[in-house]
Amino acid sequence: MDISEILNVFLLCDYNTRLVVVCTLLLGCACGLMGGFLLLRKRSLMGDTLSHATLPGIGISFMIGVMLGGDGKSLPLLLVGATVTGVLGCVTVLFIRYHTRIKDDAAMGIVLSVFFGAGVVILGFIQTMPEGSAAGLESFIYGKTASMVMSDFRLLILVAGVVLVFSMLLFKEFQLLCFDETYASSQGWPVRVLDVLLLALVTAVTVAGLQSVGLILIIAFLITPAAAARFWTERFDRMLLLSGMIGGMSGWLGASASALAPRLPAGALIVLVAAACFLFSMLFGSKRGVLIRLFRQYQLKRSVGRQHLLRALYEILEADHAEGEKLVIRPVPFRQVRGRRTWSDNSLRRYLRQAYRSGLIETLTGEDAIILTNAGLEAAAQVTRNHRLWELYLIEYADVATSRVDRDADAVEHVLGEKMVAELEAKLLALRTVDGTLVPPSPHPIQPGD
Amino acid sequence: MNWYSIDTWIVIVGVLTAVSCAIPGNFLVLRKMSMMGDAIGHAVLPGLAIAFLLTHSRASFALFIGAALVGVLTAIFTQWISRFGHVDRGASMGIVFTTLFALGLLLIVQAADHVDLDPGCVLYGAIELTPLEVSWRPALFGFELEVPQAALVLSGVLLLNILFVVFFFKELRISSFDPELATTLGINAHLMHYLLMALVAITAIAAFEAVGSIIVIAMLIVPAATAHLLTDKLGPMVLISALLAALSAVLGHTGALIVPGWFGFESTSTAGMMAVMAGLIFALVFLFAPRYGMVAGSFRRVKKASKAEKSKE
Repeated sequence: MDISEILNVFLLCDYNTRLVVVCTLLLGCACGLMGGFLLLRKRSLMGDTLSHATLPGIGISFMIGVMLGGDGKSLPLLLVGATVTGVLGCVTVLFIRYHTRIKDDAAMGIVLSVFFGAGVVILGFIQTMPEGSAAGLESFIYGKTASMVMSDFRLLILVAGVVLVFSMLLFKEFQLLCFDETYASSQGWPVRVLDVLLLALVTAVTVAGLQSVGLILIIAFLITPAAAARFWTERFDRMLLLSGMIGGMSGWLGASASALAPRLPAGALIVLVAAACFLFSMLFGSKRGVLIRLFRQYQLKRSVGRQHLLRALYEILEADHAEGEKLVIRPVPFRQVRGRRTWSDNSLRRYLRQAYRSGLIETLTGEDAIILTNAGLEAAAQVTRNHRLWELYLIEYADVATSRVDRDADAVEHVLGEKMVAELEAKLLALRTVDGTLVPPSPHPIQPGD
Repeated sequence: MNWYSIDTWIVIVGVLTAVSCAIPGNFLVLRKMSMMGDAIGHAVLPGLAIAFLLTHSRASFALFIGAALVGVLTAIFTQWISRFGHVDRGASMGIVFTTLFALGLLLIVQAADHVDLDPGCVLYGAIELTPLEVSWRPALFGFELEVPQAALVLSGVLLLNILFVVFFFKELRISSFDPELATTLGINAHLMHYLLMALVAITAIAAFEAVGSIIVIAMLIVPAATAHLLTDKLGPMVLISALLAALSAVLGHTGALIVPGWFGFESTSTAGMMAVMAGLIFALVFLFAPRYGMVAGSFRRVKKASKAEKSKE
């Protein structure tokens, strides 16, 4: 295999390759789009149930086709059959869930296995039929990507078009359905109708894709791109777009790879490409990826450590300065700071190093004596004041809005508003005898060893 | 209908499979992890393929080890993706098992030159052929019995499952209903979870060879869910599910022999028919169960409504 062959495949020079690759690309886009809705509705495995439930429909319509006097392999008839039992399966899942104490997962499992079993029974009938062999039906289970023809392309472009148009027209409705079903129904929206419509669209995509990647691997197309896209954005529209793109890309790369290595099943390759995209996104995703979350956790830990250190230093200084006088900076022994909180020697040393680097404390050499710089004292006063105001806010207004508490905020005023802060400060000052500092006393002083 | 001794063996193998699956299935249903059965059912494919590639044989101990490993790996990967990636549990399950299945397909294509392994056989199984592979011929009361290998393997698995459930009944119960309580009582809920997954995988692989993955998935979930509608107690639930599973197996094979005749066909898949029978039993119970059935439910509603009306008057 040389470079020109690889280029030929990826640049779609060969007619057959072009058809297959464009078909899987379209299918990937459509599946990715629908998968986004399914993922946010926590219905990812519905695609699993749905695709298994199409099998009896395929078998029955094959038999009907034979009885009507054909060879039974008329594509539209098979697809209609698949759609009917697929939708029936979904409706059965919802029905079981609404009417018994059986949960979602078991309902899906029941429908999946029983419908698939029924499909196998019907295929068993067909195998003994003298008129037709069921040979072609196998392709619905494993897919026959490499042998797609023009009619498949027309079908896929139709389905992709329908899915795109509906999800653009009903974007707002579907979005609300995914995020807050109860609210949507309280606003008088036809939630059930929307739900069934969404499932019908998913069914259309699934049925169209059965032929190309097969019954089991279409499930991956419905789940994986959407889950991968979720790591990159917090916005629904962008996620859908990205999910469609990842799906399309997996289809394109997977189908091209299988064109280069014809022995390997295309469906499996497509799924593996999608899985690779997922793994990459899970690690490096810019919004919810594992690495970025670890980095954010590290940053948070640092900032909390800095705040605790500053507050501890400030409160130690505050404890033994004469009332009514200005706070004076003096060396604080390491042991004393260590005793303020349950932190280990190592973590405290790390925080000290950080504080030194940002110019909050004087030197690191004499480890036993920690001296705040002027800037450090200012920052410490600020942190302590903010914390105390927040504590009082929590004590006074905890029943109202704990979610507004943001101890990291530079100034309490940014979150709570000037008036509220003035009120809180007045309350804090009233708690103690008057002195000159800007920092009000703690509403619940932290004792060493707490 | 003609019933031969071969049919008796098919029913015996079917019952053994169904009961071995139904017992651990109860805990999957109660833990809201029914789809894990489906996931593991598909995901053991690469385990199978690797074991084949390594041992070049279809019946080996390595097969069980490979299956148990892949089963536990499926559970672990699912757990990781949903915990570290904050992905919905169902979605992470779907990603893991489709990826493993795809890997398995690739491996099987690679292995196809060496061993006879057909993905179709893995999916639907060939329970009808199991009696042909006889591995033990004990003489009993003057008759020579021809015990198929599948019956021996599945009896072993059934015994393993029964022993597991009997020995760890308390642990399983507490960790299924209240994992936090289990942890505080010093029971390792995670360990129980992974043990259960390994057991499901071993059962799945043993059943695969004989009967295919549909029966495995159907028998893991359907009898247990049916039993869940009939009782509130775990012990009776396990027993009822085992009975229902055995019943579906018997009805399934009988049905596979009789039903096609009604439509003018010769025969059909026993495996598929067993799943359908389990589904029919579920449908009956779903409608007519004394407390949790649909009819009883609507009857109760009507009664409640009339009572409310009376008290209004």
